[in-house]
Amino acid sequence: MSLRIVVCVKYVPDATGDRRFADDTTTDREGVDGLLSELDEYGVEQALRIAEASGDAEVTVLTVGPDDAKDALRKALSMGADKAVHVNDDDIHGTDVIGTSAIIAKALDKVGYDLVVCGMASTDGTMGVLPALLAERLGLPQVTLLSEVSVEGGVVKGRRDGDAATEQVEAELPAVVSVTDQSGEARYPSFKGIMAAKKKPVQSLDLDDLDIEADEVGLAGSWTAVEAVAARPARTAGTIVKDEGEGGKQLATYLAEQKFI
Amino acid sequence: MGEILVLVDHADGAVRKPALELLTLARRIGEPSAVVLGAGSAAAEIAAKAGEYGAAKVYVADGAEFADLLVVPKVDALTQIAKAADAAAVLVTSSGEGKEIAARVALRLGSGIITDAVDLEAGDGGPVATQSVFAASFQVKSKVTKGAPVITVKPNSTSPEAAPAAGAVENVTVEFTGKAAKVTSRTPRVSSGRPELTEAAIVVSGGRGVGAKEGFGVVEELADALGAAVGASRAAVDAGWYPHTNQVGQTGKQVSPQLYVAAGISGAIQHRAGMQTSKTIVAINKDPEAPIFELVDYGVVGDLFTVLPQLTGEVKARKG
Ligand SMILES: Cc1cc2nc3c(=O)[nH]c(=O)nc-3n(C[C@H](O)[C@H](O)[C@H](O)COP(=O)(O)OP(=O)(O)OC[C@H]3O[C@@H](n4cnc5c(N)ncnc54)[C@H](O)[C@@H]3O)c2cc1C
Ligand SMILES: Cc1cc2nc3c(=O)[nH]c(=O)nc-3n(C[C@H](O)[C@H](O)[C@H](O)COP(=O)(O)OP(=O)(O)OC[C@H]3O[C@@H](n4cnc5c(N)ncnc54)[C@H](O)[C@@H]3O)c2cc1C
Repeated sequence: MSLRIVVCVKYVPDATGDRRFADDTTTDREGVDGLLSELDEYGVEQALRIAEASGDAEVTVLTVGPDDAKDALRKALSMGADKAVHVNDDDIHGTDVIGTSAIIAKALDKVGYDLVVCGMASTDGTMGVLPALLAERLGLPQVTLLSEVSVEGGVVKGRRDGDAATEQVEAELPAVVSVTDQSGEARYPSFKGIMAAKKKPVQSLDLDDLDIEADEVGLAGSWTAVEAVAARPARTAGTIVKDEGEGGKQLATYLAEQKFI
Repeated sequence: MGEILVLVDHADGAVRKPALELLTLARRIGEPSAVVLGAGSAAAEIAAKAGEYGAAKVYVADGAEFADLLVVPKVDALTQIAKAADAAAVLVTSSGEGKEIAARVALRLGSGIITDAVDLEAGDGGPVATQSVFAASFQVKSKVTKGAPVITVKPNSTSPEAAPAAGAVENVTVEFTGKAAKVTSRTPRVSSGRPELTEAAIVVSGGRGVGAKEGFGVVEELADALGAAVGASRAAVDAGWYPHTNQVGQTGKQVSPQLYVAAGISGAIQHRAGMQTSKTIVAINKDPEAPIFELVDYGVVGDLFTVLPQLTGEVKARKG
């Protein structure tokens, strides 16, 4: 049977745009341009490479997000994924990471998988914990934060660059993997890929389809709450000098005044 | 006030500074206890240090599992200890592994989780965490509303303050469960002899403007004169000029030193995400329009290969 790879991807507000919060303290996902989280492109890339190496694999991309999140799925399909699953329900708005992991775990069970691939972190929430939560919920080994990954003979292997050491890690499938931005440049969609993506199937699921009650998710079902949001006060304008031969000395004088020297 | 569990991060048999910061923060919200896992013969020394910084109790568990299997054994241990102690909160250092451990512990305890806090204070309904989000352009105050809060805190969020307590060691036998990935080999990172990037009071970083591997010489010389850690932008790391462990930014380390010096770095949003909470920011860049100058307290428009050596010379002269 062919290897079923599911890549979890997130639709996020563009980091180079004007990211902000909506009135209910959730991320404004409507007034700001969104895209496939750049860090999830690495997940799609590694899934495609694993699929190519195996010769008999199917790559599904899965997202939980609002209507526009289909743009993220299209991008992943145009890179080469075979099909997509979009979990979308108004009641999901404002869900925290515990709730999101519950939704994705149920969706994965429904879709079926041998290997789940995630990015290292989203570029908006940036928690970097969802893959670990999926492993916990699904009772699978987590093989995460990999800078190198391969699958052979039903075993996933990789290199994890930790704070204090570099580790070689491995686990038998099924497993949950996350890959870093060191894992290899993501491919650009080709024109052919973009055209083909338009015809690839996108399955829509809502909370009913996943047997999840509305009050288990959303702002009300969250186990965390935001009390206040404030724009960080702008840094007071600093002193800028042009180096006319004394720039290093002027900087030294400043650092001495600030007691760094 | 309840018992606040602090997972003590240690390396090479010594407590890492962020753990002492967590113990200091824990005292604001309850009574700290330390959890020391897989420390082998260094456990007693680590426990004593935790006691110095306010831990009344130190839970110690050991076993080959902590080194041989990824993440899960630490989750098993911390969950078991939190349940037995009926912990009021659990604090973990925000590192890649720390966040993964914290998240799984939260799920097992039925608790909400907050990651990457930069401050923590006692509130009416439990601890209130401050997060710095969207590349540090917003400050969010949040709290956990279900279960004992599990919170990960970034290094350098506070300065460690000693507050001697009993530090009574309690040995724990952990029941290991669940499926975990095997660690088949481990290569410890070779220390550069410089301060740890996330813990340093001063960080000097170089970017694409440094031009080549050899170019980092002037960055390292300034860092050594200041007793600083060395950082690098992703452009410099991708070019192979400096190791990825030194990358500052969204997908590298997030640093919050007293002083951050950016040389030959333009100041892209993803770089800012890793350094914008630094207290004082200084930049050297030959382009007066570089976005990094929007952040700086002091900026020099000039060539880093003349400005940095001159600065290094001055620092050495002033320090005598
Ligand atoms: C600024 C900010 C701060 C937040 N802080 C908290 C907090 O402290 N506690 C809390 O519980 N929630 C928090 N949230 C909410 C949380 O980000 C969301 O619930 C989110 O769905 C999951 O977290 P993440 O984006 O950080 O994912 P990460 O854990 O960073 O994501 C890792 C990987 O999981 C996959 N993934 C993540 N989200 C999805 C998705 N929707 N669909 C498919 N795959 C996905 C991707 O492969 C991604 O690369 C925060 C959100 C924001 C915007
Ligand atoms: C998902 C994602 C994650 C990312 N994560 C990170 C991250 O973690 N960290 C990170 O840094 N980047 C990250 N980036 C990349 C980021 O967008 C920028 O590309 C990168 O920060 C640029 O590095 P730089 O400033 O060194 O190079 P450049 O932008 O090329 O800037 C070089 C600067 O050096 C100056 N210069 C040149 N020569 C000299 C000289 N002789 N003297 C003085 N100044 C000189 C130039 O004027 C210029 O301003 C990420 C990008 C993405 C999409």
